[in-house]
Amino acid sequence: MTLVRISDDALAIACGADEVADAFAKAGCTVERVSSWGMHWLEPLAEIDGEGFGPLNAADVAAVLAGDSDKSIGRIEDHPFIAKQQRFTFARAGKTRPLSLDDYAEHGGWLGLAKAREIGAAATIARVTESGLRGRGGAGFPAGIKWNTVAGAVADHKYIVCNADEGDSATFADRMVMEGDPFMLIEGMAIAALAVGAHMGYVYIRSEYPHAIAKMEAAVRASAHIVAPFVIEVRTGAGAYVCGEETSLLNSLEGKRGEVRAKPPLPALEGLFGKPTVVNNVLTLAAVPWIMANGAQAYAAVGLGRSRGTMPIQLAGNVKHGGLFEVGFGVTLGELVMTIGGGTASGRPVRAVQVGGPLGAYHPPAEFHLPFDYEAFAANDGLIGHAGLTVFDDTADMSAQARFAMNFCAVESCGKCTPCRIGSTRGVELIDRIRARAGRAPDKVEALPQMHNARKVERSLGDEITLLEDLCETMKFGSLCALGGFTPYPVLSALRHWPEDFGA
Amino acid sequence: MMERLQEIVAAHAGREGPLLPILHDVQAEYGYVSEEAIRAVALALNLSRAEVHGVVSFYHDFHEAADARPVLKLCRAEACQSRGVEALAAGLPDNPRVKVEAIYCLGLCSVGPNAMIGDKVYARLDAARLGALVEALA
Repeated sequence: MTLVRISDDALAIACGADEVADAFAKAGCTVERVSSWGMHWLEPLAEIDGEGFGPLNAADVAAVLAGDSDKSIGRIEDHPFIAKQQRFTFARAGKTRPLSLDDYAEHGGWLGLAKAREIGAAATIARVTESGLRGRGGAGFPAGIKWNTVAGAVADHKYIVCNADEGDSATFADRMVMEGDPFMLIEGMAIAALAVGAHMGYVYIRSEYPHAIAKMEAAVRASAHIVAPFVIEVRTGAGAYVCGEETSLLNSLEGKRGEVRAKPPLPALEGLFGKPTVVNNVLTLAAVPWIMANGAQAYAAVGLGRSRGTMPIQLAGNVKHGGLFEVGFGVTLGELVMTIGGGTASGRPVRAVQVGGPLGAYHPPAEFHLPFDYEAFAANDGLIGHAGLTVFDDTADMSAQARFAMNFCAVESCGKCTPCRIGSTRGVELIDRIRARAGRAPDKVEALPQMHNARKVERSLGDEITLLEDLCETMKFGSLCALGGFTPYPVLSALRHWPEDFGA
Repeated sequence: MMERLQEIVAAHAGREGPLLPILHDVQAEYGYVSEEAIRAVALALNLSRAEVHGVVSFYHDFHEAADARPVLKLCRAEACQSRGVEALAAGLPDNPRVKVEAIYCLGLCSVGPNAMIGDKVYARLDAARLGALVEALA
């Protein structure tokens, strides 16, 4: 009987994988639902004896089984998109059934946890520190240093909180980990718990990911005996983007409004319910089992500068070959978009690439030489964030994208700090006036004689643009968290690189 | 109604920070979080009514008024924008029996435009497929 492997990840299902799987089953095949390889333009992708066929629909099944399908892509492992990657975190992608403990153990699962138990807490933290692993959620803070702070704190309870509130557009690596290899995340959390002495862990997953929630809950139940006495609970978010910010997430877990907290105190010392807490992104925790099993040096050997190891990069938007591409830091933006991504899906020229989600800068093709590295992007007024790339073709209106970024901030602002709450609303109004090419005359209040500092003459378009830059400066340096603080990145980068879209 | 509410609250007894899980269950059970429910939950958790109202009004997932219409959530975030969702949304005929809601990212950003109905996800939408999804709901 022919064994067919098809992904049961949400993306594959959205593309029709269930119907294709049913068609194979009806034709007498044994169907195994596995994780996704990450070649999204080929989903639903079926694998038979290592050979891949995609993108399939149910009508293609007969030809695939008869051996005369034109949808063959050859051996999946030899496909250039896969062969060019360095898969550490996604080493099992496409190969294992997400909820099979046997598959996980057969493919190197639990080795990292066994190692941590063998060498103990201090050596585990030392190993994570030496690997150079930095927080994959966007801030890039060294994971080992955070763990060390929590380990050194004295308290009756400590927590591990996994930030799975993956709200950024163009990011789906967290979702793929939770839906494709949930035991890896659980193993990473268990290692963190052992390292810092935590008794309880929470996975905070956004409510927009029902498939990930279901898989994680099932995986937590199935592996409870392995990670005991450590206990993990899955919690569901409630549609607030700002809850991806760590202190806002902690408030949400406590059952409060997801308002950002001022730091200090650091969550590492006073986090969930005031107790020392490790808050790490899914990808950070998921990288840990590999580091524990293969050694810090093997991980640190890959990368560029202070960005060590691999990054699961997500190619999204108007890109021909979209999907998950895990590779060592240092690959250039142009290579990712043009060579690996194959340019735009629409076939038109690339106009802009947004790196790092809604709070990341827009980069023109002139910046395609930038290497994927935290510091290189920061030096170019950008950020790599959670490593999501959104490609836009030449039909994109960059002032509309700038307006969207400001408006998104206005809608999603938690309201705690003024630059974000009010600045973003004023920013939308300002960009609207710029887009309408309308200047602005002083209003009634501004015209009053006692308003000494108010401007008494009309603002030109140029004045309005200066004002927008000034507002962005205030938001960048005056906001409490990255929502207000980073919204200026997409706005200012659009203004800087595409001034023609702003009437300049 | 009160009896069912008390069951929901009791089901989360002993959990740390149980308010969000309780509100999720209330929203799922009734389709909205009523004033009555807010009062009952506040009483059960020893919170003020204002605190619970503050949480309900903060999160997009909780609604304070009933709306019986079926919901289609259409992703309007950047990745779907780059794949043409704005034109799709603008061309969608208005159907008073279906609520088309904007959602910001379903994590299917390489195969947009995307939508979600209940827990079911749909990718690679064009005008015809999106129109058919809305029609099927109505």
